[in-house]
Amino acid sequence: MKAAKPASHEEIAPYLEAFARFRKDKANGDGWLASRREEAMARFAARGFPTTKEEAWRYTSLQPLVRSRFDLSPAPRPEALTPSLFEQLTFEPWDCTHLVFLNGRYAPNLSRIAKQPEGVVLTSLAQAIREHRDLVEAHLGGAADGRARPLTDLNTAFLSDGLFLHVPRGAVLQEPIHALFVSMSNGTPAMSHPRNLIVVGEGAQATVLESYAGIGKAPYFTNAVTEVAAAGHAVVDHYRPEREQDSAFHLSDIEARVERSASFSTQAVALGGRLVRQDVGVVLDGEGAECTLNGLYVLDGDQHVDNHTLIDHARPHGTSRELYKGVLDGRSRGIFDGTIVVRKDAQKSDARQVNRNLLLSDEALADSKPTLQIEADDVKCSHAATIGQLEEDALFYLRSRGLGAETARNLLVQAFVSDLLGRIRIEPVRAGLECLLFTRLPRHHAKEAS
Amino acid sequence: MLEIRNLKARAGGKQILNGIDLVVKAGEVHAIMGPNGSGKSTLAHVLAGRETVEVTGGEVLFEGKNLLEWDPEMRAREGIFLAFQYPVEIPGVSNMYLLKAALNAVRKHRGLQELDAMEFLSMVKERMKLVEMDQGLLNRAVNEGFSGGEKKRNEIFQMAVLEPRLAILDETDSGLDIDALRVVAGGVNALRGPGRAMMVITHYQRLLNYIVPDRVHVLSQGRIVTSGGRELALRLEEKGYAGIEGDARGTAAPAAAS
Repeated sequence: MKAAKPASHEEIAPYLEAFARFRKDKANGDGWLASRREEAMARFAARGFPTTKEEAWRYTSLQPLVRSRFDLSPAPRPEALTPSLFEQLTFEPWDCTHLVFLNGRYAPNLSRIAKQPEGVVLTSLAQAIREHRDLVEAHLGGAADGRARPLTDLNTAFLSDGLFLHVPRGAVLQEPIHALFVSMSNGTPAMSHPRNLIVVGEGAQATVLESYAGIGKAPYFTNAVTEVAAAGHAVVDHYRPEREQDSAFHLSDIEARVERSASFSTQAVALGGRLVRQDVGVVLDGEGAECTLNGLYVLDGDQHVDNHTLIDHARPHGTSRELYKGVLDGRSRGIFDGTIVVRKDAQKSDARQVNRNLLLSDEALADSKPTLQIEADDVKCSHAATIGQLEEDALFYLRSRGLGAETARNLLVQAFVSDLLGRIRIEPVRAGLECLLFTRLPRHHAKEAS
Repeated sequence: MLEIRNLKARAGGKQILNGIDLVVKAGEVHAIMGPNGSGKSTLAHVLAGRETVEVTGGEVLFEGKNLLEWDPEMRAREGIFLAFQYPVEIPGVSNMYLLKAALNAVRKHRGLQELDAMEFLSMVKERMKLVEMDQGLLNRAVNEGFSGGEKKRNEIFQMAVLEPRLAILDETDSGLDIDALRVVAGGVNALRGPGRAMMVITHYQRLLNYIVPDRVHVLSQGRIVTSGGRELALRLEEKGYAGIEGDARGTAAPAAAS
């Protein structure tokens, strides 16, 4: 057994060594950022990885991750990304702006940035650090706080690249922006710590797709942090397809601060990965702010996906809608642990939280822990959680019309996820994910039938 | 077409069917009547292949082949159709999609080509008229939010599209007002034909004013206690099930023992 004290030296040592090499690199030497990195690393080293003794991590042990050794590694050769894979990952025939990152490093040769409206800054974070230092410094760490989450500190320690988007007041991005993160281990298992910063000004609008994928069978570790700042009346729609390889460790955090009458939505679709933890934190920090958090996780084999969300109604008249759905096959485990906090002053808040799970095998496991913490007295809040299997009545009905057992099952699974997929408003993305999802399904049931 | 011999079945830990014998020929309409709990719906579900009903004895031949060996989809493809007493709501699956998948499964099994979108649509539109179904229901999820009457119409509409050889209507009249009943019965009558048999399961005589059966069977405690022509249904309305069962006890017992 591991010691209860988290900051075990052997767990931290590889990261300290990697950090020592990382900061020697001149590119990472900028003064203000260097000191932030140092602080973050020092805090992380003192605390170590979270353990299941902490309430927020009770369902997910990071031991398989902690026992493995990862290092910052050079980006894979671009040839590893074959044209057909690239097409799939960029949701061909979707013709939009793609920023591609390989092992966390911006790959300009693979990227394509369309002309953006006047005043919009859309670039890699590395470049933004060099060219838009004021903007970066003003917003970095504004929403994501490493003191509350050690993995965010780990991310900050190795912070060097990611998506940077700044949309000035009143500007509207007509086309979505896709940041694609592709990982691959070359010898040493690779780790990357992408950091994305999305700043949308007063009344401005943007849609961002942040997607993660991998190449090859070797394990790798992605530890991503995304910060979103939505100023008054801004509209930010965010999508997050996760298509990591089966052996991958994927930890991520999205932290959004939503101001007066602004709207933020994020939709996660988790399909891949061995051990996945997705945190989402939203603060409704202005009157009438609203957010929508949707999540779909479709798992098989030994996959483990933990969805951890926190919606903080900090001001009056806020609205939040949350719907997470899990489809669990094989020996997979899917977790939804969602908290909604309504502060004392946040009167007239309206919050609805729903988690539904569909178990397709006897060995799959779903945990659902919806939590409301309400300090105000004039609010409308509800939550619901269900864990069930395919309905025998519905299966029989479909079969009695001539549909084969497998077709009927797949159709019901498809029906279960259809509302969430239907909410993806970028058609090629919706179609691509649906296709990926349903080419996987028959395999599951064919296996079961044999 | 259908031959049921000494069929016994259990469901929910209880013996429900205690030896059913019934022969249905092509072109015939048979009414199965009986009080609640007599086994009417269980019989319908056994024939459609419901796995929660366990056959404990007897046999069922459909066109000379052992029906009980087939799973539900095989039965449907071979031409058996069950119109459900309680049609299931399936959110997320459109009525149109189900219908097309079902029709193509049946056609493929019969060695026919799949219909293209245009052919399918024109067929669907034509068949909808049979039950005066609102076309808007086609694009809705299967039975989701349908009224009781709409669900029953939808069942008969599906039957009209799938063109089964043996249709089993399980209490299709329940929950229908008289106008809806007339429409649904009209749809059923339009589908009567020399090659098609029907089993109309009902609790009340009322439906049989509209769908006139060739034979009427009264089920009680999992057995057919008496059979007759259409007049049996009228007698049943007059005397009630208790009266009929009393009459039948003397005459039906030797038949059951044979």
